[in-house]
Amino acid sequence: MTAAVDTQAVLEVSGIRKSFFGVEVLTGIDFDVRPGEVHGLVGENGAGKSTLMKIIAGVQPADEGTVRYRGAEVHHTHPRQAMDDGIVTVFQEFTLLPERTVAQNVYLGREPRRGGFVDRRAMVTRTAELLADLGVSFIDPQARVGSLTVAEQQIVEIVKALSFDARVISMDEPTAALSDREVELLYAIIRRLTSRGVAVIYVSHRLKEIFDLCDRITILKDGALVSTDATADLTTDELVRRMVGRSIQSYFPDAVEGTAVGEPRLELEGCGNAFVDEVSLTLRAGEIVGIAGLQGSGRTELVEGIFGIDPFARGSMRVDGAPARITSARAAVRAGLALVSEDRKAQGLALGQSVLDNSLLVIRSVFSARTSPSRREVPGVLSSLEISSRGLDQEVRFLSGGNQQKVVLAKWLLTQPQIVLFDEPTRGIDVGAKYAVYQLMRDLAAQGKAVLMVSSELPEVIGMSDRILVMHDGELVAELPAGSAEHEILGAATGAIPPHDETTDGGAR
Amino acid sequence: MKRVRIDSTVIVLGILILALIVGAILVATVGRNFFSAGNIRDILTGMSVLGLVAIGQTLVVLGASLDLSVTYVISLSSLLAATIMNGNPGNIPAAVLVTLLVCAGIGLVNGLIVTVLKVNGFIATLGVGLILQGILNTNFEGSAGNVPWEFQLIGATGVGPIPVSTIIMIALAVVVWFLLNRTRTGAHLYAVGGDPDIARLSGVRTRPPLIAAHVLCSVFAGLAGLLLASRLGVGSPTVGQQGGYALLSIAAVVLGGTLLLGGRGSIWGAIGGVAILAVVDSVMSVMQVNPFLKDVVRGVVIVAAVAVYSRRAIVRRRPRFGPGGTRTGGDDATKAAEPEMAAAASELADTSTPAEGGRA
Repeated sequence: MTAAVDTQAVLEVSGIRKSFFGVEVLTGIDFDVRPGEVHGLVGENGAGKSTLMKIIAGVQPADEGTVRYRGAEVHHTHPRQAMDDGIVTVFQEFTLLPERTVAQNVYLGREPRRGGFVDRRAMVTRTAELLADLGVSFIDPQARVGSLTVAEQQIVEIVKALSFDARVISMDEPTAALSDREVELLYAIIRRLTSRGVAVIYVSHRLKEIFDLCDRITILKDGALVSTDATADLTTDELVRRMVGRSIQSYFPDAVEGTAVGEPRLELEGCGNAFVDEVSLTLRAGEIVGIAGLQGSGRTELVEGIFGIDPFARGSMRVDGAPARITSARAAVRAGLALVSEDRKAQGLALGQSVLDNSLLVIRSVFSARTSPSRREVPGVLSSLEISSRGLDQEVRFLSGGNQQKVVLAKWLLTQPQIVLFDEPTRGIDVGAKYAVYQLMRDLAAQGKAVLMVSSELPEVIGMSDRILVMHDGELVAELPAGSAEHEILGAATGAIPPHDETTDGGAR
Repeated sequence: MKRVRIDSTVIVLGILILALIVGAILVATVGRNFFSAGNIRDILTGMSVLGLVAIGQTLVVLGASLDLSVTYVISLSSLLAATIMNGNPGNIPAAVLVTLLVCAGIGLVNGLIVTVLKVNGFIATLGVGLILQGILNTNFEGSAGNVPWEFQLIGATGVGPIPVSTIIMIALAVVVWFLLNRTRTGAHLYAVGGDPDIARLSGVRTRPPLIAAHVLCSVFAGLAGLLLASRLGVGSPTVGQQGGYALLSIAAVVLGGTLLLGGRGSIWGAIGGVAILAVVDSVMSVMQVNPFLKDVVRGVVIVAAVAVYSRRAIVRRRPRFGPGGTRTGGDDATKAAEPEMAAAASELADTSTPAEGGRA
C-alpha cells in the first residue's frame, strides 16, 4: 500500500494519547515520516493535528505513547531540545519578532559568539548563506522582519528551521497567508529540502496543496487516526469523505430554490481611498459576488473602504438607491452593512469574553436599545449555526477556529444586515464549518440580502460566486461570469491579461 | 529594495535639536546666552542623575516590565552610603560596595517577583517601593550620615564644562549599549520583551534576562543615589521622592522612543529623552518661569512626543494612491519582492526537478 517501504522512518510516533481537562483529544495515534518525504496531515479543526504537532515538537508531552527519532526513543520536554535534535516546527502563528532583524530572529536563543560577545558579522553571513542556499538571496539578513512581506516572513521561518540542521520540519498551514505565486516558491523550497533528505510534515486545509506536494497522507478525525495512504491511492473526494464523512459534491451548496436577483443594494461609482482607486461595482439583492486577487492587491482594503474603516475619499456610494456616505464602521452598521473580517482573532472577537458577550458585541455598541430582544435571539442564532461550545458563558478563545468564526457570524446576523461583506470567511477553519459558512451565504442571498465575498481560494470564489470581480494592484480589472476557469481569474489577477482600457497600470509593468 | 525606516533615535535627536534651537532663541530674548559654559554645565548636571535612572529603566521597559521602586532605592542608597562613610574617606569603597550590593538585592527581589511569582512589574515594584518607604520612614527621621569631601568631589568637579558625573553616566550608557547589542543577554531581553512566547519557543530562557534587567535597574538607581549623596553631602530619606525619579525616568524612556510594551527601543533614545527634559527645565529656570508652570510644560512635552510616536505606529499599510487618486508607488515592499520571488521560484523549480527523480 505505502510507497518506499525500504526507507527507514526518521521519526515515528506510536500509541500517542493526550487529554486536556479530561477530554481526550488524541486517542492512540501512530504516525511516521521518512527522509525525503512530504507527509501530509489532514483533518478538520479539532481533529488533533495541532496537538500531535505540538507533541512532536516537544511543546507538550504526550500522556501515553512513544516518540522514536532516528531509531531511539526521545522525550523532548522543551521545543528547543527537539530543535537541537533536528525536529523543527514552523508554527501557524509566526514566531518572529517584528522589531528585530532577520539574522537576529534566525539565531534567536543561540547567537554565535566570539570572545563572549555576539558575533554579528557571523550571524549575518550565516543567515545570508542559508537564504542563498534556498535561492532567496533577495531577503536582506539585516532587514527588520516587520518590514518584510508575509511570504518573506514565512521564508524566514523556514530559514530559522533550517539553521538548526533540521531533519524533520513540520509546517502548520504554511500557506494560509500566501498568494498563489508565493505558494509556488514555497513548493520549490520544500522540494529542494526533500531532495536533501529532509522529512517534511505538512499540515494544510488546502487540499490542492496536499495533493500537489505530499507523498503520503494521514487523515485524522476526532482525535483518532483514520488512515495513512500514498497520495496516488487517494482522490480528493475520498479524502474529504474520510475527513468529514461527506463527499465533495456537497462542498459548495447550490443556490437556495427561489433565490432571485433583484434591485441593486450597493452601488459604488469611482470610489477610491489610499489603497484602492476607481472602484465601480453594483451588488444586487440575492446575489453573491466574489472578489479574487493576489495577496496585497487591495481586496481587504476595498471591503474596509466600503465598511468605512478607511473611508473612500473619492467617488460616490449608494445603498438601496439612496446616496450614502459611510465614514466609520458605526455608520456602516447603521446603514445595514456587516463585515466578517479577515482576522477573526484580532478584528472579529474579544477572545477573553464569553460567547454571549461576543455575539452581542455589535448590538450593544450600535443598537443598544435592541439589546434585550437580541439577547433572547442569541440561543436560536447560535444553534442554527450549530456552534458547539460548553455554553453561552464560555470564553471564545477556548473554541476551535470554526466555532469562533461561527460566533463572528452570529454577531453579525443579530444585527440583521442587508449587505454582508465576507473577507476570507473560511480561512483556517475546518471543512464542516466551511460548509456552514457557504450555506449561510446562500441563505442570506435567498432572503434578498446582498453578499460580497473576498477570498484567496479560487475554488471557493468559483464555487460560490454569481459574478467574479478581480482586483489587481488596487483596482478592479475584470468582471468574470460564474463558473469561470481558474486560469482566467489568475490571468487577470496577475496582470497577465491587460486590464480594460485603463492605461494607469501600463507603465508599472 | 532597501526598505528605509526612520529610526526612533533619529527622531529623538531631531526633537532634541529642535528643543535646543527653540530654547536658545527663548533664552536669547531675555538677553542670556544659552550656550554659555555655566548653562551647559547646569544642563549636563541636571541630566546625570535622571540619566542613570533612565538607563536602568530602559532595560526594564525593554523587557516589558516597569520599575516604580527606583525612587525609594535612590533614597535608601543615599542614606546607606552617607551613614557608612560617616565622614571617613577610608570608608568610601566599602560604602559604595555595600550600597550597590543592597540595591542589587532589591533588584533581584523585584526580578524574582516579576518572573517567578508572575506579578505584573507595575504592581510588584510598587509593592517593593512601599516596603522600602516604610523601612526608610521608621528608621530615619531626616538627613543622616556625612559624606567626606573626597566623595563630594565626584558631584562637584568637571572637565571643562562637562561634569564628572555626566562622564560617568555616558560611560555607563556605552556599557549598557554594548550589553544590549553585543551580548546574548541583551538580544534575549529584546526577545522576551517583544514576545515571551516566541522567545520561549526559540529556546530562550525567559527569566534570566528580565531578572538581570531588574537587578541592573536597581543598581543604576543606587548609583543615582550615590551621586545625590555626593552632591548633598548627607543621605536623605526623601531625595528620591522629591525628584519623582520613577515616573520621570519612565517618561524619559518613552520619550526616547522605547515602546512601553517592550521589545523596541534603545539606550541612546532614553538619554535623548533625558536631555530633552533637561533642556526644557533649563530654559524655564533661566527664564524664571513659575515652577508650577514648569510641570505643565514638562507634561505637554511628554504627551506630545509620545503622541507623535503612536501616530507613526498606527500606519500599518503604505498608501497606494495619494489624494485625488494619483499613484504613490504603492506597496513597494511587495512589488519589489514579486519579480525576484517569481524568478527564484522558477529557478528553484528547474534545479529541483532532476533531484526529484532520484527520490523514492
